[in-house]
Amino acid sequence: MDAVLKKKRKKWKLFDIVAYIVLGLLTIITFFPFYNVLIVSFASFDAISKSDLYILPKSFDLSAYKLILSDMKFWSSLRNSVIVTVVGVAFSMTLSVAGAYALSKKGMPGRNGMLTLILFTMFFNGGLIPFYLVVKELGLVNNILVMIIPAGLNTFYLIIMKNYFSTIPESLEESAKLDGANDMYILLKIILPISAPFIATFGLFYAVERWNEWWYALIFISDSSKVPLQIYLRETLITSNSLLNSMAMDMATQGNSAKVYTPALQMATIVITCVPIIAVYPFLQKHFNKGIMVGSIKG
Amino acid sequence: MAKMTNQVHKRSLWRTILQYKYFYIMVLPLLAWYAIFSYAPMYGVTLAFKTFDYREGILGSPWIGLEHFRTMMTDLELRRAFFNTIMISLVKLVTHFPTPIILAIVLYEFSRVVARRVFQTILTFPHFISWVVLSGIIVNLMSRDGIMNQLIVMFGGEAISPLVDENSFRPILYITHIWREIGWDSIIYLAALAGINPELYEAAEMDGANRFKRLLHIAWPGIKSTVAILLILHVGQLMSQGASFDQIFNLYSSPVYSVADTIDTFIYRTSFTTGGDFGYTTAVGIMKSFISLVLLVVANTIVKKLGEEGLY
Repeated sequence: MDAVLKKKRKKWKLFDIVAYIVLGLLTIITFFPFYNVLIVSFASFDAISKSDLYILPKSFDLSAYKLILSDMKFWSSLRNSVIVTVVGVAFSMTLSVAGAYALSKKGMPGRNGMLTLILFTMFFNGGLIPFYLVVKELGLVNNILVMIIPAGLNTFYLIIMKNYFSTIPESLEESAKLDGANDMYILLKIILPISAPFIATFGLFYAVERWNEWWYALIFISDSSKVPLQIYLRETLITSNSLLNSMAMDMATQGNSAKVYTPALQMATIVITCVPIIAVYPFLQKHFNKGIMVGSIKG
Repeated sequence: MAKMTNQVHKRSLWRTILQYKYFYIMVLPLLAWYAIFSYAPMYGVTLAFKTFDYREGILGSPWIGLEHFRTMMTDLELRRAFFNTIMISLVKLVTHFPTPIILAIVLYEFSRVVARRVFQTILTFPHFISWVVLSGIIVNLMSRDGIMNQLIVMFGGEAISPLVDENSFRPILYITHIWREIGWDSIIYLAALAGINPELYEAAEMDGANRFKRLLHIAWPGIKSTVAILLILHVGQLMSQGASFDQIFNLYSSPVYSVADTIDTFIYRTSFTTGGDFGYTTAVGIMKSFISLVLLVVANTIVKKLGEEGLY
């Protein structure tokens, strides 16, 4: 292997040069929209209106951010998203880890039936309306729990976790069993500590899912004090958050130094929404690069 | 005798079950979740043969037989949504599906370690951003005074609004889908490539095989089965995820309904915006689920016939 690496490091081959250019262009194209969001979010009204092509950051104006931070609705939706993410990850992980660990036990009677029932749901479901009615029956409409409980399981993650647990050698558990420990104790005190990095990765995957949650809110939540940040953002972007806009107008008419540029307002909301994802991204990437998905698609 | 062994057998099964009692406790909440949120709604599909009455609920709503399925045959808006779904999914399959495979192979062959890491980090990032955010970014890029139109005007062109144009809406879906998923989807192929024995590569190199030959005879056989499984999964999702609700719902608007409305957006709008009969939209949902299942089975059969291992 070392020999291969050494040989590869020797010199630039034609393939490497071509690949460098193609991949580089692809990367720039992928990155540019995010860069554009950032510079527009800091753009002042004057800087934008004066330039024909706003491609370099020509102003560093924080008024869009200040405006958002002064909106009460922003804070309530942020609070909701934080609750959904924290409680949601705890809920999802408890169910997934305990369930996946149990399902990794090949000798358990009924295991295959359970797995079949679980896998079948990946390919067939009752559809939106029957699901809606069940959730409504449970009293989860306009309830923040709708983004935690019905949204809480990802079958794909569950299967990967199950496959992972079945690779842990049983000898680890046996010695503890001889000491009279029960299976739950073993999971908590032996299995979890040795699989901490793996478990943490899935905790992060779930966290990203919960943070990005908007569909359940779209369908089930109409009370504006209960919407998550993604819906707040959606309102700012698409139906244009009337409150924010009128606040911006007020500032302008009151002769406050500068008008706030509406796209700056929208892009600043995007930046704020993305910050937590960017913060956890390095940790996510560290693990999925190690081939966490190997052998994962086939149960 | 037979009876006795049977009893012994029963007793030993019971003993095994007792042995596993803690595992049953651990798996119970999970099974309850699937029972409530996946299987209970499956009972609700009876609604497809009823006309929904809010006060009576699913059970009390009156039966109307196959009425909804007859209506579906003549519903022009649904027909449009059906063809849009198929079109968008199929074109996405053709345009997107090969891209992560190609990317994975190029990244694998690319020997600059640091640069590869940088490329991969950025290419994978958009996958973790929701379509709400991404569509906000896209709308901003393509807006009247967005960067795209600034460029067009600078070069003497006329400003355009591609998101409300029937000709350009779908290509935007295809391109932005690749933008979001190419990096993420390539990971699974990279993992498969990493599983190939490096000695095979060395041996091939010594035998004088060029890059293309190595690709054809080592890399491709190494990822073929992964490609087959993912292809089956994609075909099984042609009716649903293939035409992503999240992506389309956050980008579309009434001027482009004719090319953008899919079964999922149709069901959502008909159920919650225009106040259609829940029984009818349930029937549409069933038809969708059923076709998906058939597609999955067909794809699996074809892949197996071609000599690959299928999904089941």
